[in-house]
Amino acid sequence: MVDEGLKSELQTEGIYLTTWDQLVNWGRRNSIWPLQFGLACCAIEMIATAASRYDIARFGSEIFRASPRQADLMIVAGTVTKKMAPQVVRLYNQMAEPKYVISMGACATSGGPFHTGYNVLKGIDRYIPVDVYIPGCPPTPQALLEGLMQLQQRIKGQSFGQAMDKKQGEYPIPEFGTAGLEPRYTPGVFQPPTAS
Amino acid sequence: MTDAYFQQYLFIGLLAAAAVVLGVAPLILAKFLAPKKPGASKQDPYECGVQSTGDSWVQYRAQYYVYALLFVIFDVEVVFMYPWALVWKGLGPVAFLEMILFIAIVAVGLVYAWKKGVLEWE
Repeated sequence: MVDEGLKSELQTEGIYLTTWDQLVNWGRRNSIWPLQFGLACCAIEMIATAASRYDIARFGSEIFRASPRQADLMIVAGTVTKKMAPQVVRLYNQMAEPKYVISMGACATSGGPFHTGYNVLKGIDRYIPVDVYIPGCPPTPQALLEGLMQLQQRIKGQSFGQAMDKKQGEYPIPEFGTAGLEPRYTPGVFQPPTAS
Repeated sequence: MTDAYFQQYLFIGLLAAAAVVLGVAPLILAKFLAPKKPGASKQDPYECGVQSTGDSWVQYRAQYYVYALLFVIFDVEVVFMYPWALVWKGLGPVAFLEMILFIAIVAVGLVYAWKKGVLEWE
């Protein structure tokens, strides 16, 4: 490993040193393709983020893919109803690995204002692993961009080889039954808070 | 003379070859480089997250075919009529009669189909 001092000294001479990991991760984190789907009003903010004023293309994520096969970021933008949760989990399973999830807004994170409602999932992290949570109701486009930058930092910290070798596998798809979703959460991903 | 003539096609050939390489090379590279992590629901057909049901070989009723045919005939007729309607004043009475004849021929077909009972849904 070349130490930082030598590196910056060489940079002044116009010589740039890098590693394979840094180079590939630079490409990886600047070409995150989100899956194109919106669930509720957060999606409107997501659309605004993609449009010219906020311009998510500056971060390389402007290509919202209409198929999960080509996407590697799932932005859960909005209220996940219990009816919709199985579809969201199935779409996540169908995405190519390595894949990431941004939980956008209060609803996707915890159920938000519908937390005590009967038909809203209290957080998508009960079924799929979430990388970045964005607070807000709905979060502003700036907040979504900040979340994307956080995800980029996360990807920067990973080793490329590990990210490629790791098999995430599939998460069980809940069934919408007579008493809501069955099972109520995926044990490996989520543990319900214990009463104390 | 002939050399210059074939040189023009040389560029088309080069362009075609480059197009094929650009299209095929990523597929071959992906074959060797892409990490493969298959799974049960990943292999499923993508239907917007909903589980697909039934067979993809669905039979449509043959009646749709005649309906579609009749629709296409009159669709095309209107396509012909638009440019005619734009300039028919300058074309004189012959063009007007020709269009009336055309509509009449197609209308006879419609009357025939009507008589055969195609328009009645059962």
